[in-house]
Amino acid sequence: MTPLPFLHFSHKPKNELEKGGRTAALVQEDASEPEKTCPNCHKSIPISRLWANWNTCPCGHHFRMGGRQRLRLLVDKDSFEELFAGMTGGDPLAFPGYQEKLDAVRTASRESEAVLCGTAKIGGQPCCLFIMEPYFMMGSMGTVVGEKITSLFEYATKYSLPVVGYTVSGGARMQEGLLSLMQMAKTSGAVKRHSDAGLFYCVVLTDPTTGGVTASFAMEGDIILAEPGATVGFAGARVVEQTTRKALPKGFQTAEFLQKHGFVDAIVPRQEQQQVLAFLLDLHQRGTTR
Amino acid sequence: MSTQAYDIVKLARANKRPTGMDYIQNLCADFLELHGDRRYADDGAVVGGVGHFRGIPVTMVAIEKGHSAKERLARTFGAPHPEGYRKALRLMKQAEKFHRPVLCFVDTSGAYCGIGAEERGQGQAIAENLMEMMTLNTPVITVLIGEGGSGGALALSVADRVWMLENAVYSVISPEGCASILWKDASKADEAAQRLKLTARDALRLGIIEGIVPERELGQSGFYTLLADRLEKELHLLMGQKDLLQRRYQRFRAIGRPAAPTAE
Repeated sequence: MTPLPFLHFSHKPKNELEKGGRTAALVQEDASEPEKTCPNCHKSIPISRLWANWNTCPCGHHFRMGGRQRLRLLVDKDSFEELFAGMTGGDPLAFPGYQEKLDAVRTASRESEAVLCGTAKIGGQPCCLFIMEPYFMMGSMGTVVGEKITSLFEYATKYSLPVVGYTVSGGARMQEGLLSLMQMAKTSGAVKRHSDAGLFYCVVLTDPTTGGVTASFAMEGDIILAEPGATVGFAGARVVEQTTRKALPKGFQTAEFLQKHGFVDAIVPRQEQQQVLAFLLDLHQRGTTR
Repeated sequence: MSTQAYDIVKLARANKRPTGMDYIQNLCADFLELHGDRRYADDGAVVGGVGHFRGIPVTMVAIEKGHSAKERLARTFGAPHPEGYRKALRLMKQAEKFHRPVLCFVDTSGAYCGIGAEERGQGQAIAENLMEMMTLNTPVITVLIGEGGSGGALALSVADRVWMLENAVYSVISPEGCASILWKDASKADEAAQRLKLTARDALRLGIIEGIVPERELGQSGFYTLLADRLEKELHLLMGQKDLLQRRYQRFRAIGRPAAPTAE
C-alpha cells in the first residue's frame, strides 16, 4: 500500500532543489503588481502568487489569513452555511474607547465579531466549523465570541456533528472584563458536553493563539493540529522574558516547540489541511467497537 | 461607596491577609495535606488535601501565597505552575470518586509566568480544569479570598457557588497590565481598576458570583465561624441537589448572553 501523500507533511526541504529550485524565484512577474516581503526568506512575492499558494511563501512561511479567505480555500464549494451571523454585542462595562474601537473594526474588517461559525463540508465530510478572525481585534474573546462558540458546540451536540475549529487569538478581551474571562469556562463546558456525547473535535492552532483561548477551547480538541511556525502559548513571550529575566529558548512558543513538549498532535501546512481534516473527519465516523 | 477600586486591589494583595492555608486550618481541624500531581512534581503554590468540615468529609484545595519571605518564594508567591492545577484536578477527581464535596480557596495574581510553565502546558492545564470541573459530579464551592487573577484563578472557580471576600478582586487582567496594554502607561492602574469592574460588588452585580463574605474580624475566630456556618448551610443545600451539573452548566452558560436574541 502506498503511503497517503499528506503523511509527509512533517518533511522540511533541506536544500533549494527540494524547495523546487532557485529558478522558481527568477520567473519574471508583472512589475506593477503589489508585492509582500517574506519575513522568513526576505524575498518579495507578488500578492497573486501568495494567494494562489494559500497565502504562504514558497519558503514555507505562513502569512496571516482572514477568516473568509480561509473559509473559501478550506470548505467544499457552496457548502458553508453561516450560523449566528447576526450576533453582536455592545459595551457591557461602558469601557472607555471600546464602542468606538468596535465600530471602527467592524467597518474596517466588514465582520461583526471575531469568529465565524457555521456548518460546512470538508472533502465531502459534514461538520460544524468555527474560524477566528485575526483582523477583528486579533481574535480576542469577548462575550459574543464566547456565545457563538458555545452555541456552535451545542448545535453540533444536538445534531451529532463533529467540530473543526481554527483558533487565532490574543486572548480574552479585556474591555469586557470578567464577562470575557467567564467565556473560558462557558466554552469549555460546551466542549465537554460535545465530547461526552462521543463527538469529535479537531482544532487547528494558527498564529497567534494565546492567553484565554489557549487556556480553554484551543487546548481541548481530541486532536490538536497547528500551522508551521505559529505562535502558541499562554503568557506572552515578552511578559515571560521580562518576568523571568532569562533568555528564551530558541523557538519558544512555536507550534514546533509545543509539539516537542507534547501539546500538539501534528503540524500541518496550510496546503494539506483540507486533506488531513477530511481524512480525520472520515476516520472518526467509522468507529467499529461501539 | 467611597473606596476606590484600586484601594481594594491593594487590600486584596496585602501581605497581612489570611492565606489559603489559614482558611483550611481554621475550617478543618484534622486536615491532611496530600501532595503532588502524579505526573511531574508537587507545586507549592497549590495546597490540597482531605479532612472533616463540620463532620462532613471534604476535599479542600487552596492557592497559597505563604507568609514569610522564604515561604512566599517557595510557593512562587501563589502563582501556580501547571502541576499545581493538575494536582488540584487529581484531588477533585478523587473527591468525586468518594462523593466528597470540594471547597476551594483562591488567592493568586495569576498562573505562573515562566519558561517551564509554558513548556509543561500552562494553557492546557487550565483548559483541562475548566472542562473537567464543569462535569465534576460533586458539589464545589469556591471562595476568592484575595486576588482572583484571570485564568489562573478561574481554573479553580468552575463551581456551583463562587463567593468573594468583601475586599477580594476578580479580574481578567491585572489593572497594571490593562493600563500598560491599552494606554501604554502602567501608572494608570487605578483608572484601569475602576473600569475593569473587578470588585466583589461589581462581580455580584454582573452575576459572576453568588455572595460576598464580610471581612469583619478578618482572620479571627469569629470570622471563620461565620464563614463556616454559611459554607455548611450551602453545602447541605448543594448535596441534596439532583440536577447539580445542569445548574452548574447553566450558571456559566447564562453569563454574557448578548442582549438581543438572534435566530440560528
